[in-house]
Amino acid sequence: MTSFRSTALLAVALLSSTGLAAARDQIRIVGSSTVYPFTTVVAEQLGKTAGVKTPVVESTGTGGGMKLFCDGVGVQFPDGTNASRRMKAGEFETCQKNGVKEIVELMVGYDGLTLAFSKKNPPMALTRAQVFLALAKNVPGPDGKLIPNPNKTWNQIDPSLPNRPIEVLGPPPTSGTRDSLHELVLEAGADQIPALKALKASDRKAFDAAWKSIREDGVYVEAGENDNVIVQKLESNPNAIGIFGYSFLEENVSKVQGVKLDGIEPNEESISTLKYPASRELFVYLKKAHVGVVPGLDKFAQEYVSNRAAADGGYLEKKGLVPVPKAKLAESQANVASLKAMTGEGLPK
Amino acid sequence: MTDTALAPPMTRSAGVDFDSTEARELLKRRYRAEARFKALGLLAVLVTAAFLAFLLVDILRKGIPSFFEHRATLTVNFDAALIDPKGTRDPADLREGDYQALVRAALQSQFPEAQDRRTRRALDGMISSGAVDDLRQAVLANPGLIGQSRVMPLLFSSDADLFLRQRDTLITRRTGSGPLRVEGESNAVTLRGGGAAFRAALAESKTFLAERRRALLAELATLPAAGSNAGVDTKRTELEQAAASIQARIADANAPETLTDREPSLLVAIGDGILKITEIGANEAKATTLIAPKPGSIITEWSLLTLRVPETNRRVNDNVSAWLEILAQRGLTERAFNARFFQNGDSREPELAGIRGALIGSALTLMVTLLLCVPIGVAAAIYLEEFAPKNRFTDLLEVNINNLAAVPSIVFGLLGLAVFLNAFDLPRSAPLVGGLVLALLVLPTIIIASRAALKAVPPSIKEAALGVGASHQQAVFHHVLPLAMPGIMTGTIIGMAHALGETAPLLMIGMVAFIVDIPGAITEAATVLPVQIFLWSDLPELAFQSRTAGAIIVLLGFLLVMNAAAVILRRMFERRW
Repeated sequence: MTSFRSTALLAVALLSSTGLAAARDQIRIVGSSTVYPFTTVVAEQLGKTAGVKTPVVESTGTGGGMKLFCDGVGVQFPDGTNASRRMKAGEFETCQKNGVKEIVELMVGYDGLTLAFSKKNPPMALTRAQVFLALAKNVPGPDGKLIPNPNKTWNQIDPSLPNRPIEVLGPPPTSGTRDSLHELVLEAGADQIPALKALKASDRKAFDAAWKSIREDGVYVEAGENDNVIVQKLESNPNAIGIFGYSFLEENVSKVQGVKLDGIEPNEESISTLKYPASRELFVYLKKAHVGVVPGLDKFAQEYVSNRAAADGGYLEKKGLVPVPKAKLAESQANVASLKAMTGEGLPK
Repeated sequence: MTDTALAPPMTRSAGVDFDSTEARELLKRRYRAEARFKALGLLAVLVTAAFLAFLLVDILRKGIPSFFEHRATLTVNFDAALIDPKGTRDPADLREGDYQALVRAALQSQFPEAQDRRTRRALDGMISSGAVDDLRQAVLANPGLIGQSRVMPLLFSSDADLFLRQRDTLITRRTGSGPLRVEGESNAVTLRGGGAAFRAALAESKTFLAERRRALLAELATLPAAGSNAGVDTKRTELEQAAASIQARIADANAPETLTDREPSLLVAIGDGILKITEIGANEAKATTLIAPKPGSIITEWSLLTLRVPETNRRVNDNVSAWLEILAQRGLTERAFNARFFQNGDSREPELAGIRGALIGSALTLMVTLLLCVPIGVAAAIYLEEFAPKNRFTDLLEVNINNLAAVPSIVFGLLGLAVFLNAFDLPRSAPLVGGLVLALLVLPTIIIASRAALKAVPPSIKEAALGVGASHQQAVFHHVLPLAMPGIMTGTIIGMAHALGETAPLLMIGMVAFIVDIPGAITEAATVLPVQIFLWSDLPELAFQSRTAGAIIVLLGFLLVMNAAAVILRRMFERRW
């Protein structure tokens, strides 16, 4: 017994010491859970066809992924990160400071933030201002001053909306989808309301606080990162509206329908032309310094923007990614071919 | 017990009357209290059992289908021109062959009318990309297949698989009455039936209209009173007009109805072909051809198929539904055990995804945990229980160990990230690091359980050993420890079961990841069963829901095997005195 134990311990010690400084032969990608379903498809395809190990894709969230990605260059750091928004200027600086100088940016497709509800109810259209009035913590009262959101039913916001209680299931603050909800829907919605537009001119800080806060009185329910749970709840509760990515709407057409936002229905066409107001671009960032060190990284980038993956009718579209237009895809392909590093100009704050 | 029962009633203690009414009342009350407690206890057990049974039945109901798959058994012609154009029979060349074309050709031979690009793509989409890999494997294993025709099982894609699973609930069949005259062809077929052949179907489509009208009226009822707001008034008029036009269509029972993709689909099966009705009247229907039937103008045997879910709401359109229906009719589909589920690693195609990678990952991780925490935990417990002096320091240690057992598991993950990954530079996502973190997590549990087991050994055993001259260490290792072993093992198994179900600490060290390759060593990237369950539950594809339940069944099975092993080991070590 004792001899067995000591050999086992020795084996563990040996194995752990051998794996330490060895070079890595497997690509590692971290980042957004929204891009995860697409990056994993590309990873699997690469593993099947390119003769390299299938890349490991972690789902850490956009912010968490950026942090890991920008920690440094070397085999112990990930080779790429998924992001459901563009890299921020601050994150780019952190990267530069930690020696991650050359970053290749791939715009891989679009996702639409969709508001969806049960098929049992007739179709519904909302403006972003109405969504703001339904979800914001504070809304302008009759005198234009901000008061705690009093709206409990949709027809309190606008009499032409149905007399149903407002119940919204949406992403928690850790999610990239939540960032998009604030930036794409609530900020623009606040801008459509005259009283708040006036506030924006006079007190920018108060205006920002208004669209950055969501009510906490039980009307907006944080449903966790699992979007399937939201779909299930929408099925059982016809009053509820759920907020999630377009791929979940497409996959669950038999159960839920999308809300028209500012008069535009969420579909592939309206999202890829960015006509649908709540559509966003999805990105993958890669380290140029790792190309040639980690086998297959260049092939991974080529596969991601290849015609058979990312173009119209490609396999990513079948998985619910809204493809980029031809011209833009050609630009991405050129960037990948020359491994053009981003300059950091024009990044959002 | 028997003594008191037989005690004669005459001998009574002085001053206490056991026969008085109060005493009898008291006795009855005590019996009632006991009966009440028993009933409550039984109820508690039943409620727990009901919850457990519900959970199990639900998981089994959802999960068992994932252990089976649907395949098309089609004749595949292994055309040398497609898979070995150079004619070398060299494995490297064979690997490059166009096996997708073989699948396409096999499908085309069944449905030659699928000609335009869109339709052919839909036809290809019925079969999984896994079937292409299967054909490649078959040819590589047996190059003699080239040039031959064989019946091969081709795996359906997950959408087709789901359709075949639900076929009987999705489709209602009605045998057509009377002869049917077929005129025209391809996209403009007119079906004429004598004696109101389509009356029942027409009436049915009118009932769907009634449903739509009810929904409109319900929405109308939620609008506020007229005249309050211009926007409301326009909306009210719109809704009223829509409801009125639907009402008119319902009222005229013989008026033909146009069927769109928002209504249930009506298909006419004529022998080996299927037509889709676009406009239906009582005696006459317009249709388009999905699968061409054998030519003939007057048909006596036909049936009407209704797909209750409208086409826009389905993952498979009418065309694919018709192909699948005909394949099933021709006996070219089969349901078989899904061995892939136990052989493959993760995949983004639900029909190809398997649990093997996670299963091996869990086994490797638990092995590291077990090898680390049993020796350390038992040694710590023996020292603390048998050798350590009782002073304030050891008291403090004990309190801390007990506290550690209640620390949230994510904290151990953070610790693992800081120590094992950042300070020691161990690889991310490796079972080694996962095992180390989980060992930290379950160590307190094992120490506490082992100490309790050591304490439960009667002191007389140790004293006897010391009495015949054994040293303290000999007494502990030769006599106390073997007797405490069953208890220590129970504690270890509880700890291991705890470790098996953890996901939170593994998030920080990168084991919550998409990993396809099956790990072969504790330093290779791997994930574990509960993480796999979590990841699958979050994917958009519907078919992953049954995979999730299937993975849960595998996890429960793993747990069962572990517990069974513990019971057997305990039996071996158990000693009675």
